[in-house]
Amino acid sequence: MAERVRKHTPVAAAADMPLVRVTDLARYFDVSKPWLNRVLEREPRQTLRAVDGVSFDIPKGKTFSLVGESGCGKSTVARTVVGLYRPTKGQVFFEGREISRFDSRQEMRPYRSRIQMIFQDPYASLNPRWRVKDIVAEPIRAENRLAGKALDARVGELLKQVKLSPSDGMKYPHEFSGGQRQRISIARALASEAEFLVCDEPTSALDVSVQAQILNLMKELQRTFALTYLFISHNLAVVYHVSDWVGVMYLGRLVEWAEKRTLFRYPRHPYTRMLLDTIPDLDMSGRERAPVAGEVPNPINPPSGCPFHPRCPHANERCKAELPRSLPTPEGAFVACHAVEEGRLPVEKRDYALPRTDA
Amino acid sequence: MAQPLLQVRDLRIEIPTRNKVLTAIDGVSFDVADGEILGMVGESGAGKSLTGAAIIGLLDPPLRIAGGEIILEGQRIDNLSYARMRRIRGKKIGAIFQDPLTSLNPLFTVGRQLVETIMTHIDITPTKARARAVELLREVGIPAAERRIDSYPHQFSGGMRQRVVIALALCANPRLIIADEPTTALDVSIQAQILALLKRLTREHGTSVILVTHDMGVIAETANRVAVMYAGRIAEIGPVREVVRHPSHPYTRGLMGAIPTMGHDIEQLNQIDGSMPRLDGIPPGCAFNPRCPHAFERCFKDQPVLLDAGPTRAACWLYDTARLEAANG
Repeated sequence: MAERVRKHTPVAAAADMPLVRVTDLARYFDVSKPWLNRVLEREPRQTLRAVDGVSFDIPKGKTFSLVGESGCGKSTVARTVVGLYRPTKGQVFFEGREISRFDSRQEMRPYRSRIQMIFQDPYASLNPRWRVKDIVAEPIRAENRLAGKALDARVGELLKQVKLSPSDGMKYPHEFSGGQRQRISIARALASEAEFLVCDEPTSALDVSVQAQILNLMKELQRTFALTYLFISHNLAVVYHVSDWVGVMYLGRLVEWAEKRTLFRYPRHPYTRMLLDTIPDLDMSGRERAPVAGEVPNPINPPSGCPFHPRCPHANERCKAELPRSLPTPEGAFVACHAVEEGRLPVEKRDYALPRTDA
Repeated sequence: MAQPLLQVRDLRIEIPTRNKVLTAIDGVSFDVADGEILGMVGESGAGKSLTGAAIIGLLDPPLRIAGGEIILEGQRIDNLSYARMRRIRGKKIGAIFQDPLTSLNPLFTVGRQLVETIMTHIDITPTKARARAVELLREVGIPAAERRIDSYPHQFSGGMRQRVVIALALCANPRLIIADEPTTALDVSIQAQILALLKRLTREHGTSVILVTHDMGVIAETANRVAVMYAGRIAEIGPVREVVRHPSHPYTRGLMGAIPTMGHDIEQLNQIDGSMPRLDGIPPGCAFNPRCPHAFERCFKDQPVLLDAGPTRAACWLYDTARLEAANG
């Protein structure tokens, strides 16, 4: 499968390629005990397959979100896409160039500034000893693009774009609230004129009213600069709000991905349905929720076949033995589920309550 | 009408600092009826956890209750000695916290912790206490309870640990459970299981719950009534459905519009500019006045009290009857 994909994606195809394409991405971690323990206790090496067989596209100017419970590998995908981890298998393409196989820093260099990351914890991702203007100016300095007065002016402009004041540049990160710090992170990402932002739970540490400010800002910047986002979150409502496309991950695998309205209205994979049914929301439709029994299995020792089969009400012998492939559905989604493939799982429509009335 | 299980009257909690005394909770009053789940929601620092901690008598010094009353089953409990409060805690009020691992002693099996708690509050033989512990574990949905009772906390997964903590809180059949962010550390599928469990327990035992959380979705799904807190005060209190669908206080209205919901296509979320004031910067009058689109002179002078605003009660001068009458005519 991987071989076939590689043959069909030459660099020349850049024109009709989406801005970002991920094919059959896998990232394994060696979680074995130290060598001596392994020898004495006669234990083999252990690998954690954090991400396995993940493929998706992100067109320019769009938002692709990954959702899933903790440990499903969504953050690992984010880090592999920006190049913080090297993929064990598979490729990451940016504008048709395979950036995941660059061997030297020199080759990666032109792409570094165009791909930036925003992290969950705005307290940990800003250097506490640097003034905000230096934090924001750093990506520009790194490329020697501007200096002196021009640099100061650019930093002021960037701070204004994220709704901070240019005078805030003289302050240190601790003088800001969580939401303002996340704005600084965004200004820093914009400083290098990034086109593709990978946002790993950017609002999970923030209160709802601040979250709304940041989400609004991110959408506004996307419109202004035609930014492309890979958005990682466990909050389905936030994901619905920001995304164009949504992928659902379970135990390192992408079980379903589709255009957001398709995914939320016509969820196909049993895990997607379970997620949509269990998340408490403000609808209060009074629907009786059937909490799914069981928990996410240990990823070091995942179940055979389909990773979801122990919790799946539709699992049969084939699900226990054979890993489902991701196949397109008539609605334009991609679903990795034997039950869907065999037509055992009819399409179900999910309705959402009308918008809340405001007093 | 019978007396409510818990009455909190004009509660005030202060933090003395070197320069001045800060007020963390200011004039908070509410009731909890038998078998009711009262949600307390608010942004971080709004004082929702402090209110819960004050009720179980677990305020960390230098925090202190500076005024008001907390009445449980007609008895004042805010001025009890540590030793007497200890008898009530666990027996009448149970507590569930966010991180189940810190609520359990890692060195003892969960069975030993359950038996110890049961025997502290109920006069019962060790054998019977153990039988009750198994029964409790079964009740909170732990499979193979008679075997798992001899496991240590680290041998349980996060969701199962939270179930053990709930069993621990239920040991002496308390009338009231304070659940402080009980599902925040858990995954959504586990969260749904724990919330369903809490709802079932209140239904079957008539236990009341104060559910403290920042997640309005959890409240909408679980609670009967909700108190929305802002800067140490209750901004609005009322039936969940009304507060979510027809909020009255400008803050609640802003907050509800700021929460994204599935299935609703909107370009912009409602945005409340600015942030909640810090304790040393609460403005005079209404704490929300710097961010409120409807603020008028009185909001900057007088601190609003809870006023009838349709089906809910809101601490907002917009609902002052004198003003409403003047406006009408």
